[in-house]
Amino acid sequence: MNNYVNSYLESTARERIERLFDPGSFVEFLPPASRVISPHLGQLDAAVAFDDGVVVGRAFLDGETVFAAAQEGGFMGGAVGEVHGAKLVGLLRRAVTEKIGAVLLLLESGGVRLHEANAGLIAVSEVMRAVLDARAAGVAVVTLAGGSNGVFGGMGIVARCTNAIVMSEEGRLAMSGPEVIETASGVEEFDSRDRALVWRTTGGKHRYLLGDCQAIVSDSVAEFRQAAIAACRAQPTFLCLAELDQEQAMLGERIERFGAMSDPLEIWAALGVEQPAAIPMLDAAQFVAVARPRRLGGR
Amino acid sequence: METLTYRFENGTRALPPQPRVVGVVGSGNLEVLIESMPQGGACTVEIKTAAAGFGATWQAVMLDFHERWQLMDASIAINDMGATPAVVSLRLDQAVETMLGALS
Repeated sequence: MNNYVNSYLESTARERIERLFDPGSFVEFLPPASRVISPHLGQLDAAVAFDDGVVVGRAFLDGETVFAAAQEGGFMGGAVGEVHGAKLVGLLRRAVTEKIGAVLLLLESGGVRLHEANAGLIAVSEVMRAVLDARAAGVAVVTLAGGSNGVFGGMGIVARCTNAIVMSEEGRLAMSGPEVIETASGVEEFDSRDRALVWRTTGGKHRYLLGDCQAIVSDSVAEFRQAAIAACRAQPTFLCLAELDQEQAMLGERIERFGAMSDPLEIWAALGVEQPAAIPMLDAAQFVAVARPRRLGGR
Repeated sequence: METLTYRFENGTRALPPQPRVVGVVGSGNLEVLIESMPQGGACTVEIKTAAAGFGATWQAVMLDFHERWQLMDASIAINDMGATPAVVSLRLDQAVETMLGALS
């Protein structure tokens, strides 16, 4: 693969896997040649993918054995169908059985694949359960979010169930996507074609300032790799009541402090950022220097 | 969706055993799965395409491909979402070159 291409955003799921882990170390489970495809799309006369839009397997990361999954945003926006979800669940469960130290989820998804209806919804909820079971068993689960489709819907929830989220400025993380909000609540509420607004609201910098992600990096596979290595060492991995209470308190504080505000620029100003309008122009390192002392604590 | 199959006999170029997939099933794009498989020296192609009614174009593209590479005992499976003939040809070449190790 071309070594000069280092953009995480521009890479396909398979390119991310190949470039992020130790060279040549990735071994795929259920590779395309095994043709485990969606049982639903064919009935709808829709195109299928031989990997159902997700690559799963084992690899070395800085010499340590890890499991990894990468969603392909180019196939149906990375949406989760029955097989796609089952591959994620199987990977997480196998990580528990084999006592793997960490699972990396390279997420890029609009959420549930609506074509597959209830099977897709059930698949996403099973992924959430599997993430929490893996954490309870001592497996660190780390999300990387830097794809152009963002991480939305049910996969946004999955991401927030993991130990840590690493984002780029270009990455996005939210529940409802911009078009969904506009459709449901009107263009006065949210203009999905205002790209600056969309990224201010769902992009990596806002998520970092609000404490929703734990690290922010440039759009570079190498930087994602370094941040992933650090995030995999998080201990303890399990979700405890104290952490949930802390999260609940943080969310309550957020609504209290920012609930009446209509634009992230106001929130950044309230957090003490002196020039909020300059935030979108800063590169990752400059941004972290400004944001780290002012961001909400996160989990 | 339309399914098209082609078979080209008497190939001369053998492939290594490791299957490869290139491309993504996205709008105007396709994925090509290429595998080494014993079939009496032939190269077989199965295409599932979202754009029905382009059989003659596919046949011409696949004939050109076979003339370029002359693969033997090869199986090619394609999931297509309306890629243009030029994109199809490039992906097919990418698949073979990846398989032969020209691209790692």
